[in-house]
Amino acid sequence: MTVTVALVLEQTLNGLQYGVMLFLMAAGLTLVFGIMNFVNLAHGSLYMVGAYLATAFAAWSGSFVLGAALALPATLLVGIVVEVVALRTLYERDHLDQVLATFGLILFFNELIAIIWGRAAIYTSLPPFLGGHIRVLPGVPYPAYRAGIILVGVAVAVLLWVLVTRTRLGMRIRAGASNRTMVSALGVNIRLLYTLVFGLGAALAGLAGAMAGPIYAVQPGMGEAILIQVFVVIVIGGIGSIRGAMVGAIVVGMADTLGRAFLKPMLATVISPPAADKAGPALASMVIYLLMAAVLFFRPEGLFPARGRS
Amino acid sequence: MAETLLAVRGLSKRFGGLLASDRIDLDVVRGETHAIIGPNGAGKTTLIGQLAGDLRPDAGAIRFAGRDVTGFDAPLRSRLGLARSFQITSIFRDFSALDNVALAVQAHRGGNFRFWRSARDERALREPARVVLESVGLGARAGVLAANLAHGEQRQLEIAMALATEPRLLLLDEPVAGMGLDESQQMVRFLGALKRRITIVLVEHDMDAVFSLADRISVMVYGRIIATGTPPEVRSNAEVRRAYLGEDATP
Amino acid sequence: MLISRRTIVLGVAGLLLALVPPIAALTNQPFYVDLFRRMMIFAIAAVSLDLILGYGGMVSFGHAAYLGIGAYAVGIPAFHGIDNGFLQWSLAIVTSALTALVIGAISLRTSGVYFIMITLAFAQMLYYLGISLETYGGDNGMRLAARSKFGGPIDLHQPMVFYYVVLAILVLFLVLGGRLVESRFGMVIRAAKSNEPRARAIGFSPFRYKLTAFVIAGGAGGLAGALLANQTEYLTPEFMHWTRSGEIMFMVILGGMGTLVGPVIGAVVLLLLEDVLSALTAHWQIILGPLLVLVVLFAKRGLFGLLLGAASRDG
Repeated sequence: MTVTVALVLEQTLNGLQYGVMLFLMAAGLTLVFGIMNFVNLAHGSLYMVGAYLATAFAAWSGSFVLGAALALPATLLVGIVVEVVALRTLYERDHLDQVLATFGLILFFNELIAIIWGRAAIYTSLPPFLGGHIRVLPGVPYPAYRAGIILVGVAVAVLLWVLVTRTRLGMRIRAGASNRTMVSALGVNIRLLYTLVFGLGAALAGLAGAMAGPIYAVQPGMGEAILIQVFVVIVIGGIGSIRGAMVGAIVVGMADTLGRAFLKPMLATVISPPAADKAGPALASMVIYLLMAAVLFFRPEGLFPARGRS
Repeated sequence: MAETLLAVRGLSKRFGGLLASDRIDLDVVRGETHAIIGPNGAGKTTLIGQLAGDLRPDAGAIRFAGRDVTGFDAPLRSRLGLARSFQITSIFRDFSALDNVALAVQAHRGGNFRFWRSARDERALREPARVVLESVGLGARAGVLAANLAHGEQRQLEIAMALATEPRLLLLDEPVAGMGLDESQQMVRFLGALKRRITIVLVEHDMDAVFSLADRISVMVYGRIIATGTPPEVRSNAEVRRAYLGEDATP
Repeated sequence: MLISRRTIVLGVAGLLLALVPPIAALTNQPFYVDLFRRMMIFAIAAVSLDLILGYGGMVSFGHAAYLGIGAYAVGIPAFHGIDNGFLQWSLAIVTSALTALVIGAISLRTSGVYFIMITLAFAQMLYYLGISLETYGGDNGMRLAARSKFGGPIDLHQPMVFYYVVLAILVLFLVLGGRLVESRFGMVIRAAKSNEPRARAIGFSPFRYKLTAFVIAGGAGGLAGALLANQTEYLTPEFMHWTRSGEIMFMVILGGMGTLVGPVIGAVVLLLLEDVLSALTAHWQIILGPLLVLVVLFAKRGLFGLLLGAASRDG
C-alpha cells in the first residue's frame, strides 16, 4: 500500500466522520453522567434501536430521510419510557447497581431486536441522492454520504452549543453538570430535567444510529461495540463536558481510524512486513485504550472537565 | 523550652475564585490544646484538610515533629503520629465497635500482609483495642455494630480510633458536633482529662467547650488567622470582637 | 460448639456436589457430571471475583479477561505439543496474575466509574489481542489439542476424575478465601471498602493491598480459565468479552456478594436457569436481562443473603 496525500486526506476525513458518530453518542452520555451521576451501559442499545427503526421506517416509507426523521422521535420516546419505567429508581443507587441493571437492559434489548429482526446483520442502502462522491480537492473524491455525516455533526454541535449556552434549559444543564445538589436546592424540577436530559441523549444516539445504517453493520450487539469507545471519549474529554465530548470524539475518531489505516505500513518500515502484518491490527485497536490509560494517569479529570468538577 | 510540634508557614489554598486559606501561619506547642475558631466559611475545614493530608496546599509548608510533611499523604501522616477525627462521623459502620478500634491498632502496628490467621483472634490487636474502648467509656458496647451505636457513642468511637494509633497530635474536627448538652459535657470532661497526655488541635463552634479546654486559641476569618493567644487575650482582642460581634461591641 | 449457618450451607453444598458423580453413574445420566463440573468452574471464577468485588468493593468489569488468559495458557502450549498440566496451569496462574498486576497498577489509581471503565477497556484490549492471534484461531478460536496431562491417576479425560479435581480446587479456594478475608490483609481490604477515607485516616495505604487482592483474584481467574479450556475443549476470544465479565458479576450478585459461598450458589443457579430457559426458547436472554434488573433493584443481597437472613449482619 502506498501512502499518498489523497489517502491521508481520505482517512483523515474518515476519522472526522467516525468522530462525529462518537460525538453524538458521547454528548448524551456525558450529560447523563455529569448531571445525573448515572452510568448508563444501555446507551448503546438506544443507538441500535435508532439504527433498526430508521431501517424499518425507510423500508416502509421508501425514503431514507423520512426513515431517519421518524427514527429520531421514536428513539426519543423509547428512551423516555426506559427512563421512567426502569431507570428512575437507580439514580439514588451506587454505580455498581447502575452498571448491573443497565447491563441487564442490554441483554434485553439485544434479544428483543433479535426476536423481531433476527440475528443476521441487515444492510441499509445508501440514499440515492447521497450515493455519489464529492470532490474535496482536485483528484480527491470522497463519499458524499460520509461528508453528509460530518456536516450533520457540525450542525448538531452548533445547535447543542446554542442550547447549552443561550437557553435556560442549557443553563440548568450546565449548572447541573457542575453541582447537582445545588440545582435541586434552588428549586429546579430535577425530575423533569433528568428526563429531558436523558431524552436528549437518546435522540442523539438515535440520530447516530439512523446515520450508521448505510455504512456500518446493523445487528444485535452493535451498540456495545461502539459504546466502549464512547466511554473512552468521555474519559478523555472529561465527564459532564460537551466541549470535552467534542474534542475527545475527534481525538479518538482520528486515532482509531488513522491507526488502523497507517500503523501497519508505518510498522513495516521498522520491522519485517509479515510481523507488521500481525502486530499492526492488534496495536491499532489498542491505540485508543492506551490513550485513555495515559489521560487517566496524567490528567484523571479529563482534558476539558466541566467547570467546578476537578 | 516548649517545643513546637506542628508548624504551619504561609499555607494557601484556592478553589477557583475562592481563597480558602490565605497565607496561614500557625504554631502548636507540644502538650498544649490549641483551638481554632471562626465563623462559618472562615476556612477551618480546608485548614484541617490540609493539616490531615487530604488536601494539597497551593503554597506554604507544614512541619510536624521537625519533619516537612507538606507532601505526605494522610496515611503517612497518621503513621507519623498525626491522628484526626472527622466532623461528620466517619467510622466503619458494618464492623463492631471493637473491630473499628482494632483496625486502628492494626493500621498503626503495620505488618498487614498476613493472609492466614484470623485478625479477630489476635490478642495483640484486640487487647489494646479493648483498653482504648474502655478509656473512652465504650467498654460495654464493644460487640455492638458501629451503625447501631448512638450518635454520641459514634463520636466517642471516632476518638477511640484516633487514640488507638498512639498519636503525638490529635486533630479534632468539631468533636461535640450534634451532641446534646449531657453528651457534650461528658465529651468535654473526657477531653479535659486527655489534654494532659497529648497535644490537641481542636476546631470547634461550641464556645463552652473551647474556653474550658483551650490553652490557646487562633481565630480564623476569611481564610486568615487574625489573632492567636490565650482565651482572655482573644476575648479582649478588638479585631476578633469586630469579626464576631460587629462594630459596636460591648465588653 | 457453635456451628454457623454458613458452615452448614457449605457442608451440605459440598456433600451434594461430591455425590453428583456416583448418582449420575447410578441413574445413567453422565450429562450431569459435565453440567455440574461446568457450574463449579464458573463458581471458581465467581469466587475469585467476589474477593475483589464483594470484599474489596472493586467493580472490575474485566474479570473475564483472566479466564481467557488462563484458557490460552493451556491452549497455546497444547497447540505446540506441550500438554504438561503442571506447566500449563502454572503458566495460566502466573500470566493472569502478571496481567492483573499491570492492569491493577494503572486502574487502581482511579476509582468509581473511571475504574469500571478502565477495567472494561483493558479487557476489550485483550479481547482484540485474542482476535488478532491468527495462528491460534483468531476470532474463530481453536480446539484444544489435548486436555492437560498430570500423570498418575489424575487423568482429566476421565469425567469423574476431572470432576473431583475441579471440586477439590473449588473447596480449596473457599477454604483459602475464607481465611484470607478474616486475616489482617482481608481486614484492610474490607475496611477500605467500608470507608476508604477512614481507613486512610488511621494509617492504611489501601493501594498496595488492593493491588495484591487484584493480583490474587486475577491469578485465581486464570486457573478457572485453564479449567474452562479443559472443560469445553475449545477456546475462543469470546471467553474474554466484557459481556462474559457481566455474566460472572451477575453470578456474584445473584448469589450474594461478599460471602464467598454466595457466588457458588449464584453460579449454579444462573447456569441452571440458562440451561432450563434455553430449552424453552432460543431467546432466553430476554428473560435473563430483566431478571438481572429485578435482582439488582429488589434482591441486592442475593440468594445467600436471603438464606442467612438477619444473622448475616454480624460484620
